[in-house]
Amino acid sequence: MDFLNALVAFVNFVGVPAIAYGSQLAIGALGVTLVYSVLRFSNFAHGDTMAFGTMITILVTWWLQSLGVSFGPLPTALLALPAGIAATMALMLFTDRTVYKFYRAQKAKPVVFVMVSLGVMFMMNGLVRFVIGPGDQRFADGERFLISARDFKAMTGLREGLAIKTTQGITVITAVIVVALLFWFLNKTRTGKSMRAYSDNEDLALLSGINPERVVMYTWLIVASLATIAGVLYGLDKSFKPFTYFQLLLPIFAAAIVGGLGSPIGAIAGGFIIAFSEVTITYAWKKVLTYVLPESLKPDGLVQLLSTDYKFAVSFTILVIVLLFKPTGLFKGKAV
Amino acid sequence: MSDTVKTSLLFLFVGVLILLEGSTNALFFSGSWNSALLILNMGLVSAIMALGVNLQWGFAGLFNVGIMGFVALGGLAVVLVSSAPTPGAWSQGGVGIIMALVMGAMTLVAAIAVFRMMEPGKLRSVVMIAVLAVGFVVYRAIFDPSVAGVEAIDPALAGNLGGLGLPVLLAWPAGGLLAAGAAWLIGKTALGLRSDYLAIATLGIAEIIIAVMKNEDWLSRGVKNVIGLPRPMPYEVDLQNDAEFVAKAADYGLDPVLASTLYVKLGYSLMFTVVLLVLLWMAQMALKSPWGRMMRAIRDNEVAAEAMGKNVTRRHLQIFVLGSAICGIAGAMMTTLDSQLTPGTYNPLRFTFLIWVMVIVGGSGNNFGSVLGGLLIWFLWIKVEPMGLLLIETITAGLSDGSAVKAHLLDSAAHMRLLTMGLILLLVLRFSPRGLLPER
Repeated sequence: MDFLNALVAFVNFVGVPAIAYGSQLAIGALGVTLVYSVLRFSNFAHGDTMAFGTMITILVTWWLQSLGVSFGPLPTALLALPAGIAATMALMLFTDRTVYKFYRAQKAKPVVFVMVSLGVMFMMNGLVRFVIGPGDQRFADGERFLISARDFKAMTGLREGLAIKTTQGITVITAVIVVALLFWFLNKTRTGKSMRAYSDNEDLALLSGINPERVVMYTWLIVASLATIAGVLYGLDKSFKPFTYFQLLLPIFAAAIVGGLGSPIGAIAGGFIIAFSEVTITYAWKKVLTYVLPESLKPDGLVQLLSTDYKFAVSFTILVIVLLFKPTGLFKGKAV
Repeated sequence: MSDTVKTSLLFLFVGVLILLEGSTNALFFSGSWNSALLILNMGLVSAIMALGVNLQWGFAGLFNVGIMGFVALGGLAVVLVSSAPTPGAWSQGGVGIIMALVMGAMTLVAAIAVFRMMEPGKLRSVVMIAVLAVGFVVYRAIFDPSVAGVEAIDPALAGNLGGLGLPVLLAWPAGGLLAAGAAWLIGKTALGLRSDYLAIATLGIAEIIIAVMKNEDWLSRGVKNVIGLPRPMPYEVDLQNDAEFVAKAADYGLDPVLASTLYVKLGYSLMFTVVLLVLLWMAQMALKSPWGRMMRAIRDNEVAAEAMGKNVTRRHLQIFVLGSAICGIAGAMMTTLDSQLTPGTYNPLRFTFLIWVMVIVGGSGNNFGSVLGGLLIWFLWIKVEPMGLLLIETITAGLSDGSAVKAHLLDSAAHMRLLTMGLILLLVLRFSPRGLLPER
């Protein structure tokens, strides 16, 4: 029984949050990796793209709520999501037309693109703060829990409860759907295949009649959807704050690089690796250990390896270790 | 127009902006000399940071986005060097903390030694992990009680180790040294990675440095801030009580309060200008020397430079350390100016990316350009807010006073800053990619 309690405590405090957080990171990292493989630069504006998409979704959610529309037990934000995606797509295409296209025509070095994306990052960050303000916004509504800790305890008779928030369930389901759709698109459709061809070998792709502007356009459309979905899921699960989204850049990049920049599977694996390490290393293990260990070995302290504020340090250390030992990432990405 | 004339004219322009800020309150200027000197002082500090970044990016092409971390380390140096030691802190646990840190470092060294000495294989991994695990447990066993001991001392006022109680000006070179040390460690591991990876690596390290300063209360009091750090200039109140000073101020027709505030700020301006000029002179000499030419040769073509027998990685490490040290000095100067260390206020947008805007706008590769960029962009950073307010007031003049749109727009004017900085960066990159003062 103690072992079961330990397991439930572990799943409740480590497993469930890490899976949800990992899915959010994975979708974010997919966006970074797509930009990297097709447009060949690290997009520093990705965090703020997520913030922009989420902001539009929140605004539409508020509007729907004011009309009295709701989605039953599910958060209203899911209804508003398509609007957020559409707005972000428009913004991405606009940015590409006005900013990135010029440098593409010039065949500028990747580092110039990175610099330009810094400028875009500033502008988007400013735009988001301008419209919605720098403060914290919560916009999750509907049913709060799929299973609450109390119900779980009553159901199983265990001392430890297992709570799964609705948002966590939605995150995982959405992530599975999004990833399946993305892989179907990349592997089965004509446009997806031309995107992969373009990313593998630009010259050959051009030679076989692939229109580069079309590939770039589709990439931005997909990146916009991925960024918005990742942002909305993160915002539903935790809360929305422009600065937090900017800071998400670090774990997202860590996930993409650990998995191998340019590799979609790597991005997903990287997201979960980063999420699980962050959560396990900053979790206080006392509760789990008291169940498993015999009385005499009971821990005195919290058995927390690092305080939660060091979660950046965790993703970063993994990043450095991977870069030192396997510079192309776990799933052979590409190095330009 | 020759380069010298252009440079002088642009500097003159910034000078006039600052003079206008002090003398007139038309448009967005405030007409306060205090505000003008405040802008000038932070502008000088920013110019020094930009000089450091220019050394790394303009000379060597290293993409460092961890400036915030080095600046913060410089600030930490001020606390460690100049604040008074907390009584009893060393006996309560200071020694233990140092021992624990040495243990931690030794663990890492041992792990690296195992990695280097043993044959690759499963055994090596197991031994390495065992060394790390044992080292970590021992480290925490010494570290935790010592930290608890130090943090228990008068937590409302101290709770940290304090410093050495040395003169605060010594903290400036010390800040440089601390940042240089950190840069050496970072450079050893991260240089040699591709430019994008170096960027991510430095971005992450800066966040970690800030996290350490926010959480390790024994070191920097964390988010409780260290206030009342010693100042190189006298306090305004003391000046106002000084009969001689008041009499002198009266001679110039100034009231004592205004005179004392201006006197202190001018003192800082002078000190900062001296440091800036010395560093600028050094950077200029370095640029013109064979060493500077070698750096630019490496930047422009690493392979060719390597073929000429230049050790690219070592030169990169060298210039990375030097540039970071300059940022550390600037950070120490900034903390001295504020006479407080507030780890919670370090924000990458302000301390990393804004410095990048300065370097790019000024002209990467040109030292004078960085200084110009530092002063000009800092002026804009402060003044964009009143400018934005002015702009929005003009635009919304037609709207009725009570309308929600107008109220929201006026409230949001404060956020124009980031938008404008991004716009400036994009415009410069697009239409004048070499900046206001291009590299010669």
